[in-house]
Amino acid sequence: MALLAFFVLLVWFVALRQAVLFAVGIGMGAALAGARFGFTTGWRQLVEDRDPRGTVGQLLLLGLAATLSMPLLASYPELQAALGPPSVSLVLGAFVFGLAMQISDGCGSGTLYKAGLGVPLNMGILPLFALGSFLGSAHLDRWLALGEVAPVSIVQSWGAGAALAGTWVALIAIGVGVRLWAGWGRAWIARRWVWGAIALAVLAALNLAIAGQPWGVVYGFGLWAAKLAQASGSFDAAGNVFWSQAGNAQRLSQSLLLDVTSITNIGILGGALWIAARRGVASARPLTGRQWLIGLVAGFVLGYSSRLAFGCNIGAMLSGISTGSLHGWIWMPMAFAGTLIGVRVRRHFNF
Amino acid sequence: MTLRFLSITLFWIALAGFVAWDWSRSLPVDVLREPPLLAAGSGQAASGGHCSLAR
Repeated sequence: MALLAFFVLLVWFVALRQAVLFAVGIGMGAALAGARFGFTTGWRQLVEDRDPRGTVGQLLLLGLAATLSMPLLASYPELQAALGPPSVSLVLGAFVFGLAMQISDGCGSGTLYKAGLGVPLNMGILPLFALGSFLGSAHLDRWLALGEVAPVSIVQSWGAGAALAGTWVALIAIGVGVRLWAGWGRAWIARRWVWGAIALAVLAALNLAIAGQPWGVVYGFGLWAAKLAQASGSFDAAGNVFWSQAGNAQRLSQSLLLDVTSITNIGILGGALWIAARRGVASARPLTGRQWLIGLVAGFVLGYSSRLAFGCNIGAMLSGISTGSLHGWIWMPMAFAGTLIGVRVRRHFNF
Repeated sequence: MTLRFLSITLFWIALAGFVAWDWSRSLPVDVLREPPLLAAGSGQAASGGHCSLAR
């Protein structure tokens, strides 16, 4: 009922587009929470249990999203891909993100939907994720000074058809590698991962068609913290390279309800809350004080590193790869390398 | 009321409070200049922020 009321308020006081994007966000949250579509868990199960089902579900999502998104980008030049620059900051940021997400047990979308489900650690992480995202964006120019090249669009370079074929070939090759690691006798797919992948791919393409840009999570968090920092007088946006850019400065001055990333983030929280209302709040193992501290620090690092990496599992990996950005293909192996360390750190602290 | 229910309630109150605070201090929304419902086919370039933005 509250979600419907907020939808009507958005239609009346903001814009119909924002209300529809809120509904898309609710769908994303419901799909993530309903299918328990956890990118972090999927990778951890692959590494620790040789269980490929989550990772195969993610590969399916990437392929389906690319199948829907790349033709859209080719047909409508006003739509934008998620093009981040290949850079030193991307390599470092993705590695650290992949490590931290195993400790905090949630990536960008995972933190959101688990917070919506009422998982205490993820609710606590959210403000620190926002602070980290803000500081990462505020420091981004210094990280970029370490070395960057211009963003590479595979769709523009190869054409949509070849880019889509190349994407599927690469995803299938990764899938074969995953199968070899897991062993051919293992179950390789599960129903919840399939329907989650289909729902999220459709919703991601809807986000692209409606908003004109791919699904993202992290920018919205950074914007929220930047607004608080600016209002407190502790941050001069005009003196910062990133936040003084025209578009970013405008979004700082206008309501966050007009920001497309913020509105889908709120929708995801709402969608997960809706699932929690139907199924009950998610169970969560009580944590020790030390685990809380480590988890919260990891949440801050998640936010900071995701800005250095030009997105999290959603903005960089899903949106990057499905819209043909080279940076998505750099993000994925670097984050997975970080995860290989992260699962060990997670075990060390008995999470 | 369990601690868990209380923490979830506080989380949503904080989020709603933040959105309301932001609304009160932001420039008013001009509803007559709202963006097209569908960006695809509108001819208008996307103007939102995204995580892939370097600048």
